[in-house]
Amino acid sequence: MRGRLLVVDDDLALAEMLGIVLHSEGFDVTHVADGSAAVAAFRESRPDLVLLDVMLPGMDGIEICRRIRAESGVPIVMLTARTDTVDVVVGLESGADDYVLKPFKPQELIARVRARLRRGDEPAQERLSIGDLEIDVAGHSVRRGGVALSLTPLEFDLLVALARKPWQVFSREVLLEQVWGYRHAGDTRLVNVHVQRLRSKIEHDPERPEIVVTVRGVGYKAGPA
Amino acid sequence: MSDPRPGEASGEISGGAGRAGRVGRAALAYWRRSLSARVVATTMVLGLVMTVAIGSYLYNRVATGLVADAERVATAEALRLHRETQSQVDHTDKASVADLQQLAEQLVQSLAGGDGSRYAALVRSVGNTNTQQLSAVMPRGVGIVVPEELRQAVAANPDVQQTQVVSLVDPGTGAPLSAVVVGQQVSFPVVGEYSLYLVYPMSRERDTLSVIARTFGLGAALIVLLVGAIAWAVSRLVVRPVRQAAGVAEQLAAGHLEERMPTKGEDDLARLGKSFNEMAAGLQEQIVRLEQLSTLQQQFVSDVSHELRTPLTTIRMAADLIHDSRTAFDPAVSRSAELLHAELDRFEALLSDLLEISRYDAGAADIDVEPTDVRSLVARVVAAAAPLAQRRGSPVDVVAPPQPCIADVESRRIERILRNLVVNAIEHGEGRPIVVTVAGNDSAVAVSVRDHGVGLRPGDSAKVFNRFWRGDPARARTTGGTGLGLAISLQDARLHHGWLQAWGDPGVGSCFRLTVPRSLRAPIEASPLPLNPTVGLPVTVDVSP
Repeated sequence: MRGRLLVVDDDLALAEMLGIVLHSEGFDVTHVADGSAAVAAFRESRPDLVLLDVMLPGMDGIEICRRIRAESGVPIVMLTARTDTVDVVVGLESGADDYVLKPFKPQELIARVRARLRRGDEPAQERLSIGDLEIDVAGHSVRRGGVALSLTPLEFDLLVALARKPWQVFSREVLLEQVWGYRHAGDTRLVNVHVQRLRSKIEHDPERPEIVVTVRGVGYKAGPA
Repeated sequence: MSDPRPGEASGEISGGAGRAGRVGRAALAYWRRSLSARVVATTMVLGLVMTVAIGSYLYNRVATGLVADAERVATAEALRLHRETQSQVDHTDKASVADLQQLAEQLVQSLAGGDGSRYAALVRSVGNTNTQQLSAVMPRGVGIVVPEELRQAVAANPDVQQTQVVSLVDPGTGAPLSAVVVGQQVSFPVVGEYSLYLVYPMSRERDTLSVIARTFGLGAALIVLLVGAIAWAVSRLVVRPVRQAAGVAEQLAAGHLEERMPTKGEDDLARLGKSFNEMAAGLQEQIVRLEQLSTLQQQFVSDVSHELRTPLTTIRMAADLIHDSRTAFDPAVSRSAELLHAELDRFEALLSDLLEISRYDAGAADIDVEPTDVRSLVARVVAAAAPLAQRRGSPVDVVAPPQPCIADVESRRIERILRNLVVNAIEHGEGRPIVVTVAGNDSAVAVSVRDHGVGLRPGDSAKVFNRFWRGDPARARTTGGTGLGLAISLQDARLHHGWLQAWGDPGVGSCFRLTVPRSLRAPIEASPLPLNPTVGLPVTVDVSP
């Protein structure tokens, strides 16, 4: 088994098709159609990744995302039929790591899922420090003065990518490639939203960031150590 | 602002006149702007004309009356005095010229009032040819010249009083003064006919008239001021609601649809207020209705989007699965799988373009900008289009300045525009080189995409942005374009307050230029790139449709 996935989608035909495609790629797929049952199903199946439709009966995807995120850093990929900026940004801000726009190609979805599941191949012992943060890459932990900060795996990857080269300015596209695994152009709003989420967890004052600094017109860099 | 213009130089020389001119212009501007000022000024001018006219008429009437009165009093008195004098002369026993002269002087002196209210003169009558004569007795202290016509008239009618108004010099002040002169003949023994003239200066009448004139002047000034004040008060009454209406209208125009005029009473102004408010209410209703429609439309588009996309995703995945295993089918089914797969791509592109356009039509498109180096967007788009360019054999060259060209843009939308322009250029470029130029100035950043392909016919440069427009209907549609790309691009550009313009010449090629302002708040002053690449100068006129 390559991993366990939880698919939350009320469209049975699509869910079945997703099941066929993902199963053929070696994933173990659990399906929930009702939004209100999604969180319970998540707790029961403990999946490695959640594929979440935004519009659902019972409870909408945004709320489910928020609740899952409250108790777990599990990768969440939204399946959305909307391209409106607000909808996408709200989805991302509620904690989703990535999103796939309907209608998507099966390879595209699988690439997104694989990118989120591709973990654990980092070198064993690597310690980084940025600002007043201590990062243990192998142990997946970030500490400030001995106190552990709770980051999702994606936020952790983002921080590590920036902290490994503190003086380099990363464009949003480079970050999309390194952290999200996009080989072609992706949505740079992913980067913006997750940088904001990361800042809200690691910065002393998220309004005046010192660790993840915006470089106007270019992208982001890790601030002076 | 570098080279001084001749107009400015001459303005400096005549600085004083310029200042006066400025004051004059300011006053003129106030005059044009302020209805009250015009009403007050006009009323005051009319009031002044009226009071001056009425005042002058009354003054003349009074003056004429005073003079007539003075003449009447003077002639009555003169008649009595003449009779007394004649009787004294008749009863005198003097016979020598010297005695008569003495008598005449006595008479004249006694006739003159000591207070200057009356003078007398005795002059030999015209036509008295007597050899013995008296010398003329003239009043002391005042110079009188008896007009010749009066003298003639007195001599001609010895028994009749002759009256005339003459002007003389006031002995007290030296000012000119009118006087009534009454003349009649007196017969002397020995020396014959002499004319007695009694002079009544009208100093009292003059004083009265000057008091009246002063009073009239003061009254006129007060009346004009009063009229002005009344006009100002009345115009305030009328103008205030008008100004209020203007203010409310401005508020309405600024989007405060709840704004209304206060209305009181039943008069014309209240009616103005009421109709104004009714109009505002009508507008508000209409706008709210349109807003609701727009929201409905937006919701509909969103629903359609979701409802269509979910089944399409399933179809897409199923088609891909079938497509991947097409080698296992017989040729007809295999080819069908390929066609299904390809057409699904087109269907998807068309659907997403239609949804994008309808989002613009619903006014639901919003923009999320951040400072971005447009050069990097261009580089990305050109890199992504490289495989297509290679297939078509059109090399794509990028000409960009070494420094960043940063503008507030939404990368996704600008990239979509650039992708459209570059892909179009490659597809219509006939395998000839394509040049993408990036440039920036103070207010804007521009990208132009130039191809050397078939070009555009005259008039087509505006039509290319129309939905589903095709340059040559006879040409088979070989590429996967949806026909909406440039229409969406134009909307994307407008959302940035930018320009998207096209130029083309058949056989020479075409050039599409995107200009976006550096900041959404500051308008584009001029595009840093020419639209027509065959002309060296930047084009500053916006010709976008």
